[in-house]
Amino acid sequence: MVISYDQLRAETAARDRSLHEKVMTLEEAAGLIKDGDHVAIGGCMMSRTPMAMIWALVRAGRRDLTFSRSIVSSDGDIIFASGIGKKIITSWFSQGIVWGISKVMRHWVESGRAEFEEWSHMSMGLRYRAGAMGVPFMPSRSMMGSDVRRRVDGQLKEIDCPFTGEKLLLLPALNPDVAIIHVQRCDPYGNAQLDGLQFMDVDLPLAAKKVIVTAERIVSNDQIRRAPDQTKFPFFTVEAVVEVPYGSAPHECYGHYEPFFKHMDQFAELTRKDPEKGAGEYLERFYHDPKSWTDTLGRMGLGDLLTATRGGRSIYDV
Amino acid sequence: MSDRTHTASELLAVMASRSLDDGLTVFAGVGTPLLAATLAQRLHAPGLTILFEGGVIGPFIVPGELPPSTNEQRCTRQANMLCPITDVLLLLQRGYVDVGFLGGAQIDRYGNINSSFIGDPDHPSCRLPGTGGGNDIASLSRVIVAMKHEKRRFVERVEYITSPGYLEGGDSRRQSGLLAGGPYRIITDLAIMGFHPETKRMRIEALHPGVTAAQVQENTGFELEVSEDAHTTDTPTEKELAVLRNLDPDRLYIG
Repeated sequence: MVISYDQLRAETAARDRSLHEKVMTLEEAAGLIKDGDHVAIGGCMMSRTPMAMIWALVRAGRRDLTFSRSIVSSDGDIIFASGIGKKIITSWFSQGIVWGISKVMRHWVESGRAEFEEWSHMSMGLRYRAGAMGVPFMPSRSMMGSDVRRRVDGQLKEIDCPFTGEKLLLLPALNPDVAIIHVQRCDPYGNAQLDGLQFMDVDLPLAAKKVIVTAERIVSNDQIRRAPDQTKFPFFTVEAVVEVPYGSAPHECYGHYEPFFKHMDQFAELTRKDPEKGAGEYLERFYHDPKSWTDTLGRMGLGDLLTATRGGRSIYDV
Repeated sequence: MSDRTHTASELLAVMASRSLDDGLTVFAGVGTPLLAATLAQRLHAPGLTILFEGGVIGPFIVPGELPPSTNEQRCTRQANMLCPITDVLLLLQRGYVDVGFLGGAQIDRYGNINSSFIGDPDHPSCRLPGTGGGNDIASLSRVIVAMKHEKRRFVERVEYITSPGYLEGGDSRRQSGLLAGGPYRIITDLAIMGFHPETKRMRIEALHPGVTAAQVQENTGFELEVSEDAHTTDTPTEKELAVLRNLDPDRLYIG
């Protein structure tokens, strides 16, 4: 599971890490992900979820992907219901506490058709951080004594600290094949700037073997260089840059739009009684049938989009 | 309860808010914990520092704009600092958090919490959302839990320990490698429970107005002792209820 340092270095050395343009379409970016890959999803819960990228993976018919994320919301429902992935490694999985437990997640997991592998939230973060640091594990004082630990016991180790003798858990590094991350701004080379909550998106690009960035807008390299302190991960980690306005809809993108709450209500309602049929209808209407991502946004509706935008922009008012 | 001027959820939020003293640093989960911490800030604890799992240090939530989780921009209003999730959780490990404030689906006599599975984990009758940061908070800080008092939620032994309490009681928590923290208070709509200093068994520390120990026992799936200095709490004041209702006008969390 944890890859050797030789392999990690060789794979990094083999990549074109020069400063070059890498702007492409969602469809082209989906082509960089192979069936069976481990895909790490940026953002958290209902924030900066790379929904348009997931939409493109569904339309490209990818199969047997393993996903990991800090916390999974309705993106996880889409992954299971569409069949692009059967396993999600995360710390929490449901659309959101106000909608109760996700019926789609329950339906797929309880029937054994999909797997939700649970780690504590800090453990997810430390696993990505170990991957980002180029070390095989991180020590931690969390998860001990619990069944969360017992259930993944085969993947971790407990040691007595060589300095203090205290018990520590060693959490295995995660080096995903691909990280997909949605940001507010990025230049054509992949210098990505984030506003607001960073979640695990500073560690993810360094942990992953390649990164696909979707951005609300592509800005010039000159603009990036005017505020380089705002750049949260460097161009040489990035393989593809795609400009996708509202690329997190119906989830939020800090300072741009809040979650599309009415749309999320409708998704919960649609999947409540018959999760499989409801999710199927949703996928047909918003994923398979639309001509483009813009068409999908159009189907979500201008009213919901503007309400979400008003809320999103108000963050700087107080 | 004869007093019908408030819902059980409102009583829970008010009692929970009173447990937070001014000046503390509190790691708050979404739902009642977030609501109670915000209520405390607005009433008796203006210097209460709230941490949210999404990577937020010291925010003030805006009334009527309760966040749907601790990971959206609504959590960041007037914050002192935004940082990565991993780093805000590491503050627990480093020892900067006075109180971790959790909700609970199911709890047992040693304060262990299950929020992962109902039934056999390999073939669950219900897959719950899981730990999130709950396990980290419970592993690394002193914990207050706010939850509804129902027999099916207060069980002799949880089927699955998502967030560790005192495990098997006695010093078993420390033996497992968890050197800090542990459950401190369990606040429900009926009573406030604590833990015996040696056995680590849950016991009643206070009863809410009009509630008897027998009534609490009736709604609990294991035997509860009553602490020698158990007392009765004060009924929620009009001011507490007014501020609470103003925070949650859509009654998302207060029923």
